[in-house]
Amino acid sequence: MSTQTLANVYKQVMWNRLISVVEEQASTLIRTAFCPSVREAGDLSAGVFDLEGRMMAQAVTGTPGHVNTMAESVFHFIREIGYDNMFEGDVYLTNDPWKGTGHLHDITVVSPSFRGGKLIGFFACTAHVVDIGGRGFGPDARELYEEGLFLPITKLFERGEANQTLVSIIRNNVRESDQVVGDIYSLAACNEVGNRRLLDMMDEFELDHLQDLAEFIFENSAKATAEALQNLPQGKTSYNEMMLDGYDQPVKLAVTLSVADGAIVADFDGTSPVSPFGINVPLIYAKAYACYGLKCSLAPEIPNNHASLAPFKVVAPDNCILNAKRPAPVSVRHVLGQFTPDLVLGALQKLTGMNVPAEGSGCLWNLHVSVRSTAPDADDSSNAEILMFNSGGTGARAEFDGLSSTAFPSGVHTMPVEASEHVGPITIWRKELRPSSGGAGKQRGGLGQVIEISPNDGFEFRFNAMFDRVNHAPQGRSGGLAGAAGRVSLTDGTTLKSKGTQAVPSGKTLLLELPGGGGHGAPAERNRELIAQDVAFGYITRDEAKSLYNFDAE
Amino acid sequence: MTKDATQNPVRVGVDIGGTFTDIALELGDSIVSTKVLTNYSAPEQAILDGIHEVVQKAGISVSDIDMVIHGTTLATNALIERRGASTAFITTEGFRDVLEMRTENRFEQYDLNIVLPKPLIPRPDRFTINERISAKGEVLKPLDEKQVEALADVIAERGFESIAIGFMHSYLNGSHEARVRDILQARLPEVSISISSEVSPQMREYERFNTVCANAYVRPVIESYLSRLVVRLKEEGIDCPVFMIHSGGGIISVQNAAEFPVRLMESGPAGGAMFAADIAERFSLDNVVSFDMGGTTAKICLIEDGRPKTAKTFEVDRSYRFKKGSGMPISIPVIEMVEIGAGGGSLAGIDSMNQIRVGPESAASEPGPACYQRGGLRPAVTDADLVLGRLDADNFAGGAIQLSTDASSTALVKEVGQHLSLDAVSSAYGVSEVVDENMANAARAHAVENGKALETFTMIAFGGAAPVHAARLCEKLGVERLMIPKSAGVGSAVGFLKAPFGYEVVKSAFMRLENTSAAQINETLDELSSAAAAVINEGAGDISPVWERRAFMRYAGQGWEIPVDLQDGAYSEQDKAQLAEQFAATYTRFFGRPIEGLPIEIVSWTVKASSPMPEVEKVPSLADSKVVTSPIARQVFDSALAKFVDAQIVERDTLSAGARVIGPAVVVERETSTIVPTSFDVFVQNDGSLLLQSKNLTA
Repeated sequence: MSTQTLANVYKQVMWNRLISVVEEQASTLIRTAFCPSVREAGDLSAGVFDLEGRMMAQAVTGTPGHVNTMAESVFHFIREIGYDNMFEGDVYLTNDPWKGTGHLHDITVVSPSFRGGKLIGFFACTAHVVDIGGRGFGPDARELYEEGLFLPITKLFERGEANQTLVSIIRNNVRESDQVVGDIYSLAACNEVGNRRLLDMMDEFELDHLQDLAEFIFENSAKATAEALQNLPQGKTSYNEMMLDGYDQPVKLAVTLSVADGAIVADFDGTSPVSPFGINVPLIYAKAYACYGLKCSLAPEIPNNHASLAPFKVVAPDNCILNAKRPAPVSVRHVLGQFTPDLVLGALQKLTGMNVPAEGSGCLWNLHVSVRSTAPDADDSSNAEILMFNSGGTGARAEFDGLSSTAFPSGVHTMPVEASEHVGPITIWRKELRPSSGGAGKQRGGLGQVIEISPNDGFEFRFNAMFDRVNHAPQGRSGGLAGAAGRVSLTDGTTLKSKGTQAVPSGKTLLLELPGGGGHGAPAERNRELIAQDVAFGYITRDEAKSLYNFDAE
Repeated sequence: MTKDATQNPVRVGVDIGGTFTDIALELGDSIVSTKVLTNYSAPEQAILDGIHEVVQKAGISVSDIDMVIHGTTLATNALIERRGASTAFITTEGFRDVLEMRTENRFEQYDLNIVLPKPLIPRPDRFTINERISAKGEVLKPLDEKQVEALADVIAERGFESIAIGFMHSYLNGSHEARVRDILQARLPEVSISISSEVSPQMREYERFNTVCANAYVRPVIESYLSRLVVRLKEEGIDCPVFMIHSGGGIISVQNAAEFPVRLMESGPAGGAMFAADIAERFSLDNVVSFDMGGTTAKICLIEDGRPKTAKTFEVDRSYRFKKGSGMPISIPVIEMVEIGAGGGSLAGIDSMNQIRVGPESAASEPGPACYQRGGLRPAVTDADLVLGRLDADNFAGGAIQLSTDASSTALVKEVGQHLSLDAVSSAYGVSEVVDENMANAARAHAVENGKALETFTMIAFGGAAPVHAARLCEKLGVERLMIPKSAGVGSAVGFLKAPFGYEVVKSAFMRLENTSAAQINETLDELSSAAAAVINEGAGDISPVWERRAFMRYAGQGWEIPVDLQDGAYSEQDKAQLAEQFAATYTRFFGRPIEGLPIEIVSWTVKASSPMPEVEKVPSLADSKVVTSPIARQVFDSALAKFVDAQIVERDTLSAGARVIGPAVVVERETSTIVPTSFDVFVQNDGSLLLQSKNLTA
């Protein structure tokens, strides 16, 4: 057996091992995190990088929003800290929305990795923290400065010594400071876990550096990605747009896709300008989700790394809502960011004719509830903050119905109702599929869901609405009909807003009706047995079977 | 040997698996075993055939049998193949779709076309009732009994055979569930009814509802099978008590099993873990990782101080590449294992990045790996092992199947080699390294999740393919001791004979430590203790059980609890401080350092009662060893050295205690071959077990 082929087998094994190392890094973080969005929803990322800052492997976590943001982050750290200023035992951090992941709540921690006293690469991870000061998590700020503490790229540890000044600044500027500082230390610890495993692997395979392995990974990934993209129509362009609710006025997202020199370029020209509110998106985040949408449909099996992501390019004019610049407020950038996969998928279908899913409910219906006692003499001990993730329906696929009450593009989990009710004095009276909400089509859109929540006797609550698709329903594709738009109201009939802070008094019940996904293909082509089943299951009514599908249910 | 020759009772372990039904008869110190093909239409027939065979081999009569201990995959299979009873599910108004909405996530991020598993009970069979219990266990909305009466008519009319009842927060207050059961049972005496506060009183509605539905769904099938089995055994003159092994690795009565059949899931693998635990005890091994590799999957379990790790929940029927989240959660106490799609039959190929991939797809027994020459054209792990000289083509499975090395080589080159410019041997090496790496990664990740480092552990390997791959796994994991016990081929059935009467109960009872009185802690533990004792006393009589009690704790604000072992006896107020310290110590072991200044919460509690086990006979350690050599040798590929080496071939039967075989070697026996790489030596133990020891230790 030649040394060449042997080396090849070893490198395959090591590539596998690296992916397992970053998965382990990520799972350590999930189990120690205080922030519900990290532990319940996997809102985190972890990766290993070569000496030049190129990402070699990344954990697959709950949030595609970190796909590209992670890939670019380490370059910024190398540029600002400088190789000469990096020492064994160092740990760096930032929450710069434009160098990290798009908002101040995410903290990115980078640790240099040394072997035999020489720098060989980096570990990085990112997680959402419980609080970052300012107005709290919500869209109401008018400038970044109101959204909380901004941490430029800084050393958290130097040669193993913690930067106490930095820790003290953080501790004095955030709510729940024990948890926030605990989470930041966890981020550093999870890089350390990865580093230990990497060094074990390098011992086992007798490696002094990572560069040969990096080239092997990049070469194979680049080749596979090039093959996956080779059939795209060179030189052709396509355009798609989508209307959304925005904060107080509708927002248009627009994209032009083009193919040139083996790369696919998404240009957000034509998209609405920045909003005065915190729904703006830094380009790095829009890029992450757009890239995720394209990658899912074009090259799903290729792991994320520097080379496999390189052919997916995203550009946008300055100061459009998907390319907001500092100091625009960006706190809930996830709302619009999570629509970019549907946006680019629509353009991809026009570009290639390939079948892509219909539009879905898109962004999560995250609900942050702050419960307060109505007793005049109540102290703050009965206060409770409850965070819940809820999902509407996804768009129908060419071969399959959409998924009911399932997150897309986010990969988060919901929390058990029983667990949420333990966090504070609320009762969730209903959390059930929303009949008649899936868009009709040959394949039906996924159903949304209905949620009813009230404060318990003697309490009231405020909630921070960050919902969309209330005024603009998810559209069908290829002749499929739109899914049902969402609705925010009280059960007494009062209509509420889809964005911003609102109150639910004692004795009232909040009613959330989440959007359903769009249908795919003409309703007339739907299999009759499936229509009969939809009626039997109560997904649609008999009348709808007749009016939408011209089908007489028994 | 006759029964009279021994003082010990004659016990028979029976494990019904997907392909084989394994029978192990314990007579004094020896085990007589057999494998017969599983009979799907009449599983009890295979048992009887097998029992007759071992009884004859042992030279005793069926009437000499004192006890039958049985484990079966029938409950799991009924669930996976959806062959259960027609079942209605009754739940709280507003929560009809909990089973269908699951956790609202996609188990595979990058596949736009995933299809979610169908809920066990379809929507038209799910009914809601007006009632509501609060998160404090108080009645928020009283039960609408009129509505229940009306529902009884619907259920009667639609002819359901079984009913599952699951209400919100019933783990705190099961009165509404019990009341609905009583009303319905009075009206529908023939229908079997399961309630979630009895089957699985754990918080998290999706998992609890799924568990009670699974119980109800398989209950009529299992009830009828078990009663048939007991009758048939009696008819054949086997009049002894029959007990069942459950997923937690303990023994329960047939009656109890029939009431809670969901507890029978995964009892086969649990038996395997008990088998390894028994070996661990015999050799006084405190830290053990068991490795069970068969045709389709590999299972890895941690065993410390002779006790397999347990969990409160697991997932069955993973529908998408064994991926977490693609199956059905079942919340019952279970021996915790990781299972990955890696076995002798796992198929190899290359992916779009020209990387070798192995499994989870398996060639199974039909058509089998390419070397079987039964129509399988794709290479499996067994093909790679054959090309690398690890298997003897003429003596595989006791010569039952003649293997073709040429067929293996052709398949490997076609599916792997030609894409990567590798010859057959290099391809085989790649396949074998990838599958070993996958298993090592799974083992490592499992250890990390439990806050352990495997380097100090001993591996105990069993199952057909395990002895072939175990030593390489040890090299990758830095494990320096590997035990290959005797009877490894029927490990689960033997494990059943080693299991105590034992039952574990779990309950969610949320408490913040600082606000909780010692009395509350004692009350919760007492309640669980009586429940567990009641079950084991049914089988074991009035014994004084051995207790294991645990609290699952976390810092307020976290979502992941870690198990903390509790002291024996009642808690006093002073003991609470000690509990907090114990938590901090456990937390540090898992995650490196405790967190100051945060309150501590207890989320759930488990109590396990077991019958005291007779002291196992320790295997005396070897006084001396003597190097044994074999004149026969063949070329066997050593993965760590990446080349063929001259390995001696030794028949296991010819080795006596104290024999030492210097690696590289292959120890061959009827069911399998143990590969001893160059970096290991074998020491034959006093009970015939093979201990492979790294040369680092003996040097």
